[in-house]
This record gives sequence, C-alpha cells and structure tokens, in this order.
Amino acid sequence: MVDTTVTTTSIAQQSQSINLLKVLGPAHVWALGVGIVLVGEFMGWNYAAGKGGAFGALIACFVSGILYTCVAKIDSEVTSTVASAGGQYAQAKHTIGPLMAFNVGLFMTLTYLMLNAGDVLVAGQLVQIGAQQLGHDIPWQPFTVFFLAILTLLNYRGVLATLTVNFVITAAAFASIIILFIGVKPWAPGEVLLHKELLTALPYGWIGVIAALHFGMWFYLGIEGTCQAAEEVRSPGRALPLGTMSGIITLLIAAAITWYVACGLMPWEYIGWDATLAPLYDSARMTGSPVLIVILFIGTLLSAIASSNGCTNDQARAWFAMGRDRYLPEWFAGVHPKYRTPFRSILFLTPIVLIFALYIPLAQIITFSILSGLLNYTFMPINMWNFRRKWPLGVIRRGFTHPFHPFPAITLLVLCAATFFAVYLGYGRQLLAMMAFYIVASLWFAFYRYRYVRRGAQFTMPWPKPAGY
Amino acid sequence: MWDILALAAWVVSAAIFLWMAWDFFVVNSKYEESVLISSREGLDELLPAGDQPAAKKKN
Repeated sequence: MVDTTVTTTSIAQQSQSINLLKVLGPAHVWALGVGIVLVGEFMGWNYAAGKGGAFGALIACFVSGILYTCVAKIDSEVTSTVASAGGQYAQAKHTIGPLMAFNVGLFMTLTYLMLNAGDVLVAGQLVQIGAQQLGHDIPWQPFTVFFLAILTLLNYRGVLATLTVNFVITAAAFASIIILFIGVKPWAPGEVLLHKELLTALPYGWIGVIAALHFGMWFYLGIEGTCQAAEEVRSPGRALPLGTMSGIITLLIAAAITWYVACGLMPWEYIGWDATLAPLYDSARMTGSPVLIVILFIGTLLSAIASSNGCTNDQARAWFAMGRDRYLPEWFAGVHPKYRTPFRSILFLTPIVLIFALYIPLAQIITFSILSGLLNYTFMPINMWNFRRKWPLGVIRRGFTHPFHPFPAITLLVLCAATFFAVYLGYGRQLLAMMAFYIVASLWFAFYRYRYVRRGAQFTMPWPKPAGY
Repeated sequence: MWDILALAAWVVSAAIFLWMAWDFFVVNSKYEESVLISSREGLDELLPAGDQPAAKKKN
C-alpha cells in the first residue's frame, strides 16, 4: 500500500516537473569523455618530456594510463548505478556525505571551467597562428569569444545536438592522429621516424620521471566527465560503462601514437619546451607534407573546440546538481522548459570562463584545472570502498561491476599520491593555494550554507539501507 | 579579409549572447519559478510506472 502511494506520488511529480532529457546513447558518452580529453594529445603532455625526457614522458603516459583506467573502471560501476547529473558529486552524496559532496562538486566545476577557459583561449590562438602562417596578423580574442558563444548556444539549445556535434568533431580529431601515424610510415623505421637517433637515457634520472607524472595526466584528463551525462542517457547501465570504457581505450591508443610519432620526429628538448603550442602539429610540420600540416592544424583546432564543448556541458551539470540540492542557491537548478537544459547554470558560468580565458595566463588556468581534477581522483578510491562496503555485490543492481576490487582503488590512491608529489615539485605554491581555497569553501559550506540543504531529500536512489546502518 | 573576419566574430558573438539573454528573460518571466526548478533527481521518464524509483518529495 505504501509502495503504491509512493509510486503514484512519483508519477504525479514527474508529470508536473521539467527534467533533463534522456536522449543520449553510448556514442554520446564516448564523445563527451574523449572530446574533453583529446586536446591533451595535441598539446600539454609534451611538458612531461621537458621534465623527464622522451622515456620519462612514456613512463608518465603508461602510469597515468593505469591511473585513468582505474578511474574509468570505478566510474563505470558507481555511475551506472548512481545515474544522476553531477556525476561524482551525486556519488559522494550517497556514499560519503554532504561536505565531501560539496567539495567534489566544486572540484568538478573548477576542473571543467578552467579547462574550458584554456580550450577557448587555445582555439582563438590557433586561428591567430593559422592567419600568421598565411601572412596576416590578427588578434585572437574575437575568435576565442566567438567559439565560446557558439558552444554556449549549442549547449543552451539541447544536449543531443551538443554531443552529436561533439561526436563528429572528436572523431575527426582522432582520425587526424591516425592519419599522421600512417603518414610517418611506422612500418619503415628510420625513413621518417628516427627513434634510434632521438631517444636518449633519462636526462634528469627518476626524479624527472616522477615530475613528468604531472603532465602525463594530460593524455587522459577529463575522461571522468562521462559521468555528468548520467541523468541524460537512455540506458545508464549500458551506455555509461560502454561509453567510458571505449573512451579510455581510445585515449590509450591515441596517447601511445602521439608519443611514438612526436618522439620519433623531434628531440625531447624541443618537445618539452615547445613554444608553438602544439607538438602534434609540429610533428606534421616536420614531415614537410602540406596535406598532413593542414589536417593536423584542423585536428588540433577541432580537439580544442570539442574539449570546450564537453566542458561547457559538464561544468553546468555539476553546478546544476548542487543547486538542485540547495548546496548552492536553488535558482541554478532551473531547467529550460523547451530545450530541457540547465540553462541558468550554463549562462552563469560562461562569463567566468570568458574572464579566465581573456585575462589569466594559460599555465595558471591549466594548473588549477589539473589540481582540482587530481583532488577529484583522490576521492574516487574512498568512494569505491564505501560503495562496495555499504552496498555489497548482490544487494543492489549495478550496470557494471569492475573486477579485482579493491586493487584498482588501491592503485589509484597510490598513483594519486605520487602525482601530488609530482605537482608539488613544480607547482607547490599553487597546490597549497588550491588546498587553502577548498578549506575556506568547506568552512563556508559547513557553517553557513548547509542550513539551506535539503537534508532528508538528498538520498534519491531506490536502494535498501546501507550495511551497518 | 582577416580584419573583416575578426569583426564578424565580434558581431556574431554579440548577436548570440543577446539572443540567449533575450530567451533567458522571456523564459524566466513566462514560467513560474516553481516550474523551472521542478527537476527531480532519481526520476526516470523512460521507466514504466511500476519501476519508478521512489524519488523523495521536495521540502
């Protein structure tokens, strides 16, 4: 009788409420995750070579690959079960508690917001570089604003079109990496690729390799963004694990090709201190092929646009989810009645992205994005342990069960600790400043904001009481 | 030509932001606030009624 009443109430609420649209499939999830990350193959990872040489960058690529494979596996299990907008924020709310959830929500919002700012900044500068190579000197700012305006509009008007476009441009950017790989004739070592001559021993020893971990993250940073689509996929139990796992496989392939091609064409000293922004584009220039140069220029630009598009989507979902639970003003939880998007969160965050893109140096923006992402990854092992402990296998239905628990969680925690040390070596002050920011934000939440939170209504999953409660 | 492209980028961007601002104000004035923030976590429109999770009522 009670169950019938609750079900009737739910359906009545559903008919009156405006919710996000459930229209996405596995390909959109793949496009969201890979779209956010793929720009890291085109630029950013190369500073790992500056820290640890070519082999140091390769080791960082492998280690970060393991780290992110653990992230993808853990995310696939928890998100396919906690299928709500906000991704890890919603997970933290269910498995740990409000203060952790607030922090995780902030980690994600800032990760995507800063990455978004970096992406549109780079996209604008790429247009400027392209024009300069054709003999014209133009400002980058109008193109940065233009890309942000177009992507905000796309996100504002609906998630299906947003991620369908992302699928096309992400696939095109990935194809450009494959074309470059074929173009350098990997079947004929020594003809184009000169690994034998260019690969050297570790220039700064193993401490350089550890320092390289910081930038090795670039190969995969953002794959966890697939979780933000959880509330908008038609079948969370199928689409999220499929999209996330195929996404990390795509990125592992792209990362390996990227390292192989770039380090076979250029010395690590040049890759590590690449002044022209994009090592894969430089690799194409090294081949001397005009076709490859054009393709890689377009691929680089598309990767930056795809990343910005995905970040605009994800930052708004995290902010929206926190607003819906009153962790932030409820006003941010507004859903557009026609387009069914979190339109207020999308529009509120766009000017902030623009300010960072126009006025803050790229290195600072990226560092804050990486640090927030790393804090989010450190939460995930704890999340996984709590999830399995409170709701053991068989108690609730999971869309995906990741094997070998708790080894992925332990591996992730150890690799996060190593990466924190790597970040501390190069950006200790920024790391401490970021920690201080989150501590102040936590105090604000605990002593002021928490009084507005819907405490009894946060737990939305139809699960039994957790073990031990 | 590149100068014209830069100018066009400013103009198109301004037009897009103005349209979104206009739509934003139209939607906010046309719909009740309670309708706009009525989204519920845990409700799945694709599930049949019998399989709906019991999303808790808002305060």
